[in-house]
Amino acid sequence: MLDIRIPIGLLFTVLGVLVTAYGLLTNQNVNLWSGLLMLVFGVVMLLTVKKKKV
Amino acid sequence: MGNAIFHLQWIDYAIMIIYFMFVLGIGWMLKRYMKDANAFLEAGRSMPAWVAGLAFISTNLGALEVMGMTGSGAKYGMLTTHFYWIGAIPAMVFLAIFMMPFYYGSKARSVPEYLKLRFDEKTRGLNAILFAVMTVLASGISMYALALLMEKVLGWDFNLSLWLSAAIVLAYTYLGGLSSAIYNEVLQFFIIVIGLLPIVVLSLHDVGGWSGLKESLAPIVAEKGFAGDTFTTTWKYTGTAAGNPMGVEWYGILFGLGFVLSFGYWCTNFLIVQRAMAAKSTTAARNTPLIGAIPKMLIPFLIIVPGIVALVLMNKTGSGFTIMENGKANYDLTIIKLLEYYLPTGVLGLGITALLASFMSGMAGNVSAFNTVWTYDIYQSYIRPATNDKAADAKHYLKVGRLATVFGVLVSIAAAYLAGLFGNIMDFLQTIFSMINAPLFAVIFLGMFWKRTTGHGAFIGLLGGFLVALLHHGLTVPAGATTLVKGGWISVVHTYPVEMAQNFWTAIFACAASALITVGISVATKQQKTDDELRGLVYSLTPKTQEAHVTWYKRTNTLAIFVLVMMVVLSILFW
Repeated sequence: MLDIRIPIGLLFTVLGVLVTAYGLLTNQNVNLWSGLLMLVFGVVMLLTVKKKKV
Repeated sequence: MGNAIFHLQWIDYAIMIIYFMFVLGIGWMLKRYMKDANAFLEAGRSMPAWVAGLAFISTNLGALEVMGMTGSGAKYGMLTTHFYWIGAIPAMVFLAIFMMPFYYGSKARSVPEYLKLRFDEKTRGLNAILFAVMTVLASGISMYALALLMEKVLGWDFNLSLWLSAAIVLAYTYLGGLSSAIYNEVLQFFIIVIGLLPIVVLSLHDVGGWSGLKESLAPIVAEKGFAGDTFTTTWKYTGTAAGNPMGVEWYGILFGLGFVLSFGYWCTNFLIVQRAMAAKSTTAARNTPLIGAIPKMLIPFLIIVPGIVALVLMNKTGSGFTIMENGKANYDLTIIKLLEYYLPTGVLGLGITALLASFMSGMAGNVSAFNTVWTYDIYQSYIRPATNDKAADAKHYLKVGRLATVFGVLVSIAAAYLAGLFGNIMDFLQTIFSMINAPLFAVIFLGMFWKRTTGHGAFIGLLGGFLVALLHHGLTVPAGATTLVKGGWISVVHTYPVEMAQNFWTAIFACAASALITVGISVATKQQKTDDELRGLVYSLTPKTQEAHVTWYKRTNTLAIFVLVMMVVLSILFW
């Protein structure tokens, strides 16, 4: 079965990059810290995915 | 479009589109695993406890809940947390320790099927039909509310919102079944937390933190005729109904909400229990409600605290914050107005996506519960029973499950349009159907813990409790009710100070009547089931679950103690 941490990690990494970039461009920084929070959460999720043994 | 509350920018739409691409992508990725009815309707009983636990809580975190509870935060303050602490946690712990071993261990595929195994066919049939109608009603009302909100907030066309949301829900539940619904509920849980977190931070920052909030609230609350800290405490002013804005006493909260209503909802509602039944082992199934209980206790800080800040903003000269609509306060708009007030473009898209996600998750949860009950408890029981060819049956019921998904979504759409035409009638029907929860808990509780309970007793007890609930609702009204939907449609013999008190007492009467009738009829009728047939279904006849092989911190009892201690600590902190 698909490991749910993969879609969660990917989604928040993508959204994190997007919102952080938007926060930097526009720079109520909330985009910046929300984006970074999502990015960190997404990356941590992806790092916890267990690799399948071949 | 001109009257819309928000005018979204490209970044907001980009966030929304990316989120829904992932939602549909999950359905698509899971499609390959849907080889039979078990995989489609029961997620193959393969979910890890943490996934099932977050889905368990997320199913309950629909948009109507988020909007309603933020509004209640503005109306009642921290008293609203009773729905999250005493009104949920004891029931979730009870479900985990005492009930999940029977639901999961009996191999029942749904709550109605448990009733069939424990009692008889007629008790299952009654519950299955009532539940199936209730789920499509709830799904339709949720769909209607979503389309209405999108029209008001974003200026989107009502029909477009309705059909687009239905199409997305249909696509991912049709492709990936219950697994897809559960995976997306977990995704939705995180998007709600991250989408609403900026409001919590910004709003508390705005009023000077928790101490600043208490200071600002005191004069506002005193003007309403309550003690200054009523809105930041939970039990302190529940000695009398007049002492708190909820209008209920501590024993009403403890027994009405903390026992009857919450046990009726959390322990017997298949929509919720289905998530735990999809877990990969008995231990995982038992831990599911307990893992869900941890975020459940923290959700008030995400949605109720901003609601309390909204009350301060409403009373702050020059803030420009208002929830007034046509001269009346519309508390359901509180969260929307907070999004508008605090969030800039970017995280605003995230907040709107969180709301949309919670609407759709609520619909998908109802549809996935509906298709299971329809396929197993109605179609397989009364229309086309299983044959000796198990492989062919599994394929056949997979097809039926998929068709039931389409049917469930189409009926939900019809219910949504009916809600638009006859809003009060639909609200009334939903109120009526939800009255089955309290008697159902009484019947299942007796069935699990008293082996003498008979099928006739359960059926008549369930029906009797339901009729008593109807009777109580028909004879009482909350003060200020303007429509018969709120009660008193037979005659008015008692007026409750608030609707919540009426709900509590309806549930208490229904549960008590159901228990008494079930016991009475059971004593008067012969038990049809042998002890062997009841093994695994009744507490006294079932070997206790052994957890010696499980790491100590993963044991159900350890988790249960942690959850209960956490609830007590929170209750003391906000006493």
